[in-house]
Amino acid sequence: MGLDLRWPIGLMFSLIGVMLTITGLVTSSDADMYKRSLGININLIWGVVLLVFGAFMLIMAWRGAKTSQSTPPGESTKK
Amino acid sequence: MQHIQLGPLDYIILAIYVVFVVAIGFALRRYLKSSSDFLTSGRSIPAWVTGLAFISANLGALELVGMAASGAKYGIATAHFYWVGAIPAMVFLAVFMMPFYYGSKARSVPEYLKLRFDERVRALNSIAFAVMTLFASGISMDALAKLLHQLLGWDYNWALLICSAVVLVYVLKGGLTSAIYTEVLQFFMIVLGFAPVVYLALKDVGGWHTMTDSLKTVALNPAALHLKDPGTTYADTAWSSAWKPLLAGPANNPMGVDVFAMVFGLGFVLSFGYWCTNFLVVQRAMAAKNMGAARRTPLIAAVPKMLFPALVIVPGMIAVALMSVPNKGYRIPPPILNDKATVAAVASVKKVAGLDSKAAYKLITETVGLEQNGKDDKTGAPKPLKMDPDKLAAVVANYANKPIDTDTPEGKKLRGEFLDQFNDAVTDYDYNGVITSLVTRYCPTGLMGLALTALLASFMSGMAGNVTAFNTVWTYDLYQAYLAPNKTDQHYFWMGQFITVVGIVLSIACAYFAKKYNNAMDIIQLVFGFVNAPLFATFVLGMFWSRCTGTGAFLGLFGGIGTSALVHGLTVAEGKGGWLGTSLYTFPSTMAQNFWLASFAFIACFVLTLVISLATQQTKTNDQLKGLVYSLTPKLKDENEPWYAKPAVAGTLLLIGCVILNIIFW
Repeated sequence: MGLDLRWPIGLMFSLIGVMLTITGLVTSSDADMYKRSLGININLIWGVVLLVFGAFMLIMAWRGAKTSQSTPPGESTKK
Repeated sequence: MQHIQLGPLDYIILAIYVVFVVAIGFALRRYLKSSSDFLTSGRSIPAWVTGLAFISANLGALELVGMAASGAKYGIATAHFYWVGAIPAMVFLAVFMMPFYYGSKARSVPEYLKLRFDERVRALNSIAFAVMTLFASGISMDALAKLLHQLLGWDYNWALLICSAVVLVYVLKGGLTSAIYTEVLQFFMIVLGFAPVVYLALKDVGGWHTMTDSLKTVALNPAALHLKDPGTTYADTAWSSAWKPLLAGPANNPMGVDVFAMVFGLGFVLSFGYWCTNFLVVQRAMAAKNMGAARRTPLIAAVPKMLFPALVIVPGMIAVALMSVPNKGYRIPPPILNDKATVAAVASVKKVAGLDSKAAYKLITETVGLEQNGKDDKTGAPKPLKMDPDKLAAVVANYANKPIDTDTPEGKKLRGEFLDQFNDAVTDYDYNGVITSLVTRYCPTGLMGLALTALLASFMSGMAGNVTAFNTVWTYDLYQAYLAPNKTDQHYFWMGQFITVVGIVLSIACAYFAKKYNNAMDIIQLVFGFVNAPLFATFVLGMFWSRCTGTGAFLGLFGGIGTSALVHGLTVAEGKGGWLGTSLYTFPSTMAQNFWLASFAFIACFVLTLVISLATQQTKTNDQLKGLVYSLTPKLKDENEPWYAKPAVAGTLLLIGCVILNIIFW
């Protein structure tokens, strides 16, 4: 199928990751909000994790797109 | 019950997910040109995508919620559904069965049955499957709408319609490919959405060892937490060991299951029957781009599947451990009282003035129990609500003289407080509420949005998975086969899209049906259990024995279905079954009953198919069976694959991994 699934996965998790990270940074002094999560700023930590995962997917998608472009036509249909 | 207040960020995360799945549907639209693009993805998808979709199609929200519930009820032994059940079956599918499914060019499992046997077997399988998927989809959507209603206070009807509309849009635009892609998205959503919740919960309970220590105390006296009837006691490992409690016999483990039922009934019959023959999952592998990818699909799926217990079963165990520590202030939520029971609760508390505490307890628990649980089938007496007498007495003392039955603002406020305390006094548990109760306990706004989106995503993709399997079976196995053969492909393409809309509408109808007639739903699921139990016997004989005939398979299936109905009619477990009037045997649990029933159905179907096949003529020639039966199919050459990618090697490694996990948690 023509759409490399790694693009939407990467974009979506990067986007959510950025938003959680920013929220985590802005609310880092809000002890009340993180009472639930045992005092851990889970938004910041998990935002970064999602961001790393999203970025990894995007890099893989980008590399995939580059290799399929550089292979001569005919080669890619065999794949 | 208090609704969760979602922040703007939570809604944005939810919206992002919806926008992405709809966008994927639209992006895939331009690749759809024929009915096979729409219904079978034109066999074009890489193995890692089909592999993740393969488990994701099964990891619906009901599985997620249900496994956590079982983790709380039965402990780590629940992992047998994964380590004894799913993994060996998935390896078997990859190594032995996929070559026939994929190599036969069948577009669906019923179509394989037609090629291998005859039209009768296909018709039986496809009709049963089509009806079953619609009900499954309906049950899932009903659960979703209820959850959104309880948790967020959304309107049931709107929640149901909006979620169905989203599914309709992306399935209609992108077909099976769209469903598969969103299932992969959902896979990552679930893993990344629930992992932090499990981490926080485990940290809160004091880590793995503190948790198992707590569970050991619980196992010695489960009645202290109202998990079992008073007087029940187990060995201390009942919740924290996978095999020791089973080996001690059905009376000594909370599941009430013996080793034979577990290994043969669940591990062999039910799991192989589900993973190797259910078109919902097999369809994912059949959409792979080539034979190698199709065979790798279940193997790739098996790796995360093996580790899933950490994500889905451990939360249930944590919940029980948390409950055993009083100062954590946690309990598994009580069953939600229905509207009538709520009214009865308010009314009965107003009525008990002047009664002594015992009579008051009896009156309240029976009045509310009648609305909530109904009557006992045999005695006709109402099934009382299980409540803590001391807590109930305190609630009565607090509220009996207050205007909780008036509709003034003050009355409404007091009624809310009263119902919260009343619910807390209930000692029954709604185990399906474990996951949501942990999410609401630990997630701050932000992470909450992610976890809820994961839950929502799994419900929606569950519906999409069922609908895409349904539309393929309808279009190819019922419509093209019996109603309108020899039409143009564009016609079937159109029909595929049309039936997708119909499928969604019927799913919604099933959801309302499930909401209204809970008992009827139980019966329907039971009947499908009968239909599915013997199926694997038919496949195993068909694939590995060329002499097996269509008549043998057809009658054997009926014999198996009849046997499971008969076993269920003659045995009783937890008050279920025994509909033939006499009970020959009482199982310690419904789970044991199901496992044994499946075992009998399998054996009956196997023997009948064998005997009838020998007595009837084989109507198919060896040439026709080439590619469909093991002995008549040239061996696949997978020599140009690297050694680790060979299905047999990878499968063996996975099985070794499974054995190691079983030993670690012995």
